[in-house]
Amino acid sequence: MSSHTFVLNGEKVTVDVEPGVRILWVLRDVLGVTGPKYGCGINVCKACTSHINGKAFNPCSVPVSELSADDEITTIEGLADTVDTDLHPMQDAWIEHDVAQCGYCQPGQIMAAVALVNKVKAEGRAIAESDLDGIRNLCRCGTYPRIRQAIRTGEQRM
Amino acid sequence: MTDMPPTEHLDSRSGPSRRSFMGYVIAGATLATGAEMTLGSEPAEAVIPTVPGPAEILDLNDLLTLAAAPTANLITVKIGTDGRASFALPRAEVGQGIITSSTMMIAEELDLPLDKIDVTLAKARPELMFNQLTGGSNTTISTYTPIRVAAALAKQQLLRAAAVVLGDTVDALVAKSGVITGPSGQISYGDLAVRASVTDTVRAQVTLKTRAQHTVIGTPQGRTDARDAVTGKKKFAMDLDVADALPTMVARPPTHNGTPVRLKNEAAVLDLPGVTDVAQVPTGIAVRAKTFGQCIDAIREMDIEWEGGKLAGESDASILAKVKKAQLPMVVPKVPVLTQRVDAEFTFRFRSNSSLEPNCAIADVRAGSAEIWASLKSPVVAQEEIAGELGLPVSKVTVNVAQGGGSFGRKLFHDAALEAARISKAMGKPVRLMWHRVDEPRQGRLHPLATSRVRATHLLGEVLSFEQRHTSVQTDFGHGLGDIITNHAAKLPVAGNLSFAQTIFTLTQEVPYNFGAVTQLLSETDDRFNTGSMRNIYSPDVRTANELVVDELARKMRKDPVAFRRKFLRSSAAKAALDKVAELGEWGRRLPDGVVQGVAIHKEYKGVTACLVELDTRPQTVERDVRNAVTGPRVTKAFFAVDAGLVINPTGLEAQMLGGVMDGIALALTSSCHFEDGHFLEASWDNYFYTRQWNVPPEITVEIMPSDAGQPGGAGEAGVAASFAAIACAYARATGKMPTEFPINHADELAFEPKPFTPSVVQSPTDGLDHTY
Repeated sequence: MSSHTFVLNGEKVTVDVEPGVRILWVLRDVLGVTGPKYGCGINVCKACTSHINGKAFNPCSVPVSELSADDEITTIEGLADTVDTDLHPMQDAWIEHDVAQCGYCQPGQIMAAVALVNKVKAEGRAIAESDLDGIRNLCRCGTYPRIRQAIRTGEQRM
Repeated sequence: MTDMPPTEHLDSRSGPSRRSFMGYVIAGATLATGAEMTLGSEPAEAVIPTVPGPAEILDLNDLLTLAAAPTANLITVKIGTDGRASFALPRAEVGQGIITSSTMMIAEELDLPLDKIDVTLAKARPELMFNQLTGGSNTTISTYTPIRVAAALAKQQLLRAAAVVLGDTVDALVAKSGVITGPSGQISYGDLAVRASVTDTVRAQVTLKTRAQHTVIGTPQGRTDARDAVTGKKKFAMDLDVADALPTMVARPPTHNGTPVRLKNEAAVLDLPGVTDVAQVPTGIAVRAKTFGQCIDAIREMDIEWEGGKLAGESDASILAKVKKAQLPMVVPKVPVLTQRVDAEFTFRFRSNSSLEPNCAIADVRAGSAEIWASLKSPVVAQEEIAGELGLPVSKVTVNVAQGGGSFGRKLFHDAALEAARISKAMGKPVRLMWHRVDEPRQGRLHPLATSRVRATHLLGEVLSFEQRHTSVQTDFGHGLGDIITNHAAKLPVAGNLSFAQTIFTLTQEVPYNFGAVTQLLSETDDRFNTGSMRNIYSPDVRTANELVVDELARKMRKDPVAFRRKFLRSSAAKAALDKVAELGEWGRRLPDGVVQGVAIHKEYKGVTACLVELDTRPQTVERDVRNAVTGPRVTKAFFAVDAGLVINPTGLEAQMLGGVMDGIALALTSSCHFEDGHFLEASWDNYFYTRQWNVPPEITVEIMPSDAGQPGGAGEAGVAASFAAIACAYARATGKMPTEFPINHADELAFEPKPFTPSVVQSPTDGLDHTY
């Protein structure tokens, strides 16, 4: 058991847990932050996608010991607080297109979408079909077409 | 309290013209109204087609709806002093949007905004028996009338109470947005909730709105839980806060349905960080720990002796040989000498029906009682079986129905709930049980391997006979559907002593064409697998086999596939849907070499669907390189038309069809499980290739066909069969021959390295920070 400190959704947190425990379980089982979902545990389904220092990552595949005290983790619960509006524009776009069916993968989908748009913008270009084709987040309900539409809407407003 | 409403007995099955039904005003502190779940389930009418097949006279939905008749009980709408309405839906929400559509039905009759209505999921209610089963796309069909009756009765009672308070007549009052206004003033539903209540439950008559009066039903509405879904607030079973229910996982056998003999290093496992308990259960060795990560660590340390089980040593080939042996012979009717014949046989491989949320359940088993939390589509069966397993009376087992992260057939079963109950009992502690992803395709439920043989004969432009013999590894109907059949099969207008599976097959399958002498028979064999339906039971496979043969008949008769289908289709709704996709998709338009169209129709769930796709089979598409993926031919355009009768929520219906098309793509092109030496090789979403973004059609259109039907049809599964069939037909056209196996890539070299079988779970990577973006 050891102590680990990092910033979670804007607040400094400290947890006592074995250093090898992956961040997904620290979030869900220790801190009760359940937005990031388990779908595979091996960085394949991407249901747990969250942000570390503003970039998308999968907490199922990072031991908590990799975190420093100033590392900022944002889960879906903290996404809206990164903007001045009630919800993040991508969350609004998701509601507008009524994307979610069961909703299980959607926190990860939205976090991936936000990071993708940021990445593409940083490259000085707009989202292309090939960017959408390359999203690895799985949705077993098959909401993919509406995800594609919502990302394009969200991109316009980000 | 107001005066009693009229209580004279009237026929609760009044015809749609009168739209009057009997319900109940239920005794309570605030207003509560109820209706029998069976309300509105009128006996199916024979439609007198030229050659009626059983599925046309009475389909599975009629059976599901009729089945509840002897066990009717009430569903209840309550009005609180805060002016909000509440309703506990006796069905499972697993993504279909039935909470939203149920909210809409209540809003319609109660004249209350959607955001003032709280629809939750009912706990297991044994008194509802068969009427708490979510399956067969039956939810909206069976709840449409009772929910509206209960809501309408609540409004009627509120109006009567308001008339007393305001001193006006009911006729002079208008209810809108939760407020009743009359010449003398206005009063809110909340202020009437107590006044409108009764001390003794009474029957009461109420008239429903006509379809022309609807202002909510039929309008596009976003999901009522959309905000919770996009903010991470939506709670699934594993997100529920149940005291001391620590993470629990199970080390599972290396072979499908193997069993544990013993754990050889229990003390060492108990010594591992975070681990609190281990216990042997029939399905494996369970471990409970502070985190799921530590459960995974512990399973990987376990030294377990296993029994191989009944499937040890078997493989795809041996199972297929057994299925082929069970095929029933064709009985071609006597046909003229010059008759030509089309013979075809197709194999449909094992597929995993796992949702993204794995099997999971929370169980807290105490000395004289137990409580379960899980997403369950058949909670009453779960409750009864768990009570039996624990040796408790049914009344001592509380089964809470959590929202499900998808189902696709899996949550008809309560495998995780039963397993969690066993583990909690063995450990004497609450447990939060979750299956590892690896466990899902390997030990979870599969859509069974099946073959479909079709023989059709034709002469002089007419099809004289069409025979189909569908043969399958046995499908498990142990989730309650079977009980329905037991009770009602004898009353059905279908021939003879059919088994559960045969009865369901007969009630769901229909060849929608005028093809002369038609026979469709099912035989099932081999009960050694964990099986279940998968977003539909037989239809996607059966209809794909049919539609491929339809295309072949058209080709041999030198007819255009759309024109051919139009000529032989019996149903005008099916012709209209076919015409719609042909128009939207510009059937026959000029396309580059290697890009082909395919079209198919399907008729089930009191509705029809049609799908037209364009499939790109050009090398630059097929050979796209995506890491750890199957690319292959890509559906580049899909046009889908659905006639689902009366539509509650077109936005939700469209969503269901989009999902159905994604399933059709997977079934045709990419997703199957390989069975080898007693185990399934797949263990991850990068092994089991469900549709991913790189397989998604960039262009997809869903058209909802106008319908003047008075009742809704089913939607949850309706989108799959026509999509699968249309893609298969396009692929056959592209390659110039009918494919004989689905998915088409099953026999290819494995697109992945199978994960080890021992230990049963894989370790999570540690390099996640190398892959940020």
